[in-house]
Amino acid sequence: MHADRIEQAPHARVVRIQPRRGLGSLGVGELWAWRELVTFLIWRDIKVRYKQTALGGAWAVIQPVMTMLVFSLFFGKLAKLSSDSVPYPVFSFAAILPWNLFSTGLTGAAGSLVGNTGLLKKVYLPRLAIPIGAVLAVVVDFLVAFVILIAMMAWYRISPSIEALLVIPFTLLAIVSALGVGIWLAALNVKYRDVKYVLPFLVQLWMFATPVAYSSSLITKPWAHTVFAINPMVAVVDGFRYSLLGAPPPSLGTVCTSTAVALVALLAGLLYFRSTERTFADVI
Amino acid sequence: MSSDPVIRVVGMSKAFHVGTTRKREDLLSVRLANGVRRMMSRRKASSESMHWALRDLSFEIAEGDVVALIGHNGAGKSTLLKILARITDPTSGFAELRGRVGSLLEVGTGFHPELTGRENVYLSGAVLGISRAEITRDFDEIVAFAEVEKYIDTPVKHYSSGMQVRLGFAVATQLKPEILLIDEVLAVGDAQFQRKCLQRIQDVSRGNRTIIFVSHNMAAIRAICRTAYVLEGGQIVAKGETGPVVDEYLSRVQASQTANVAVSTASFHVDRVEIKAANGVVIKTFDSMTIAVTFTAMKDLLEPGLLVKIMTNSHERVASLDYYDLGAIGPVAAGEQRTVGFRIDRVPLLPGMYVVELDLKASYRVVERVDQLYTFDVVETPLFGTRRPRSGNGSVALDASLLEEPST
Repeated sequence: MHADRIEQAPHARVVRIQPRRGLGSLGVGELWAWRELVTFLIWRDIKVRYKQTALGGAWAVIQPVMTMLVFSLFFGKLAKLSSDSVPYPVFSFAAILPWNLFSTGLTGAAGSLVGNTGLLKKVYLPRLAIPIGAVLAVVVDFLVAFVILIAMMAWYRISPSIEALLVIPFTLLAIVSALGVGIWLAALNVKYRDVKYVLPFLVQLWMFATPVAYSSSLITKPWAHTVFAINPMVAVVDGFRYSLLGAPPPSLGTVCTSTAVALVALLAGLLYFRSTERTFADVI
Repeated sequence: MSSDPVIRVVGMSKAFHVGTTRKREDLLSVRLANGVRRMMSRRKASSESMHWALRDLSFEIAEGDVVALIGHNGAGKSTLLKILARITDPTSGFAELRGRVGSLLEVGTGFHPELTGRENVYLSGAVLGISRAEITRDFDEIVAFAEVEKYIDTPVKHYSSGMQVRLGFAVATQLKPEILLIDEVLAVGDAQFQRKCLQRIQDVSRGNRTIIFVSHNMAAIRAICRTAYVLEGGQIVAKGETGPVVDEYLSRVQASQTANVAVSTASFHVDRVEIKAANGVVIKTFDSMTIAVTFTAMKDLLEPGLLVKIMTNSHERVASLDYYDLGAIGPVAAGEQRTVGFRIDRVPLLPGMYVVELDLKASYRVVERVDQLYTFDVVETPLFGTRRPRSGNGSVALDASLLEEPST
């Protein structure tokens, strides 16, 4: 209601404040009215992230590149893991990028409400704007690192085909997955600070369950594939390798399962968030 | 309240969970274990560990009214503001608000120390619900009001706290809602800036906007508000025109001042000690007050005397008054009752609680200390502008003014 740009006559609208029961709406309409705030929160997170660091924005590149080098040495050179006949460095880098987008977004969202206690306790705004802003702020780092991926593809003479455009929906799937889980954890974190301790552990395990360092082709049994695809990041990573590097495509079943899981997680996260947000200011 | 009320609150209550159970429930494991049990008997289990911050509150505020909420800490003032600002939900009942609501519960909401003044103006504006276009339009005015022109592109973490506050308030003044909720945000800044803030709030209130104002500063409340509500234990216990309501509230605050405690010493029986404002209900800085002691002589007294010692709450002596210095009580026969005392003009004390100790003197030599302490409160001062009085200011009020600068 603050967000109306037009000066309106008094008595124009009546806002009724009462205990919210049940799940109510998802509050997407209100979020849209406050979109300017969401962009400001994203902008703030980006501006602030590398303040008072010597290397600044270079960290957006250093982190994935270092990971790629370590992976290439241990998994590529020493363990000689299969990389679907793509050079291992670019094979792993194409997975590290969406994985970092997901894991950093997830971590950022999970801590966002607790990190913005002042806002929660002192002003009204759609609470959802905070974790959403935290996830979207990570997209900028992703885009910066993406330039490195393009450079690597040029170095290894991998020319992208028209399928490269599919990277956009797969990126969206990564964002949706990060949002779905992140919103859930953010709301839980308000009341249960256990989340802070669970999170690094969860992210680590999740990475092992995602084919970042290895190829999905390692999993051969069909039933195992189905279970594997419950992790939406499987479709994202396989999708990236397929669309950009020409690796074998993820099966339609994998993509559908992953997408469905991500959407269900987002919906459930939203509902949980909406049902608990009325007490955020009291318990945080 | 003839037309439609702008704010209508009906039967509103708010409960908070308190007690030790909450801490344990913060652990997921405990929560999971309790989950089933809680579901079975939710209401019964929870009501025991509830603190009711607001109880069945109902009121209506008409358009353009400027209402003060007063009450002790924990009376529910801030909770009520937070509900009206939609920061937290009521437990039961409802409120209806007509028009845009702006809340100013904190100065500099959303400020980030690493960002510059300019960036924070936009950020804080967005957080308060002011659009980028509005901020851009009024940017120069905001910066001028805050008096930070030179440092607007410096990170806010290098600002003095005063500068941060001024900038925060300056942004908030661009908030032009129909309903404005203000918590004790004026308790900051120097006197000149406070006057500017007060002026701004008064300007806003003239624009037929409805304001709810929470403050501990009675002088500011008298200056701004037409109506005052007194909250106590989550309920409105008094409301009406500001002047009388504030007087009544303050007089209850200092209800302890007339001490009817009878004390006997060897020579005296103290019947009553009355400490009160000479004209008015409450003792204010630079107003006059009286201290009267009614006693009965236990034996014939030739030259009785009275020493009144005024001490701070921490028992540091502020001043003393000796009857012998001003006059003589004269002989009092055994069984005779007398009332003697002092009138103090322009009480030079800052708000706070003061303790009075009495020494009764049977003759110049014999001193009998009354082992009963009496207290009084100074509750209001014109000295602090809109700042909230604090104990750190000392206890003596100085009637000071600025040195005139020599004209050059």
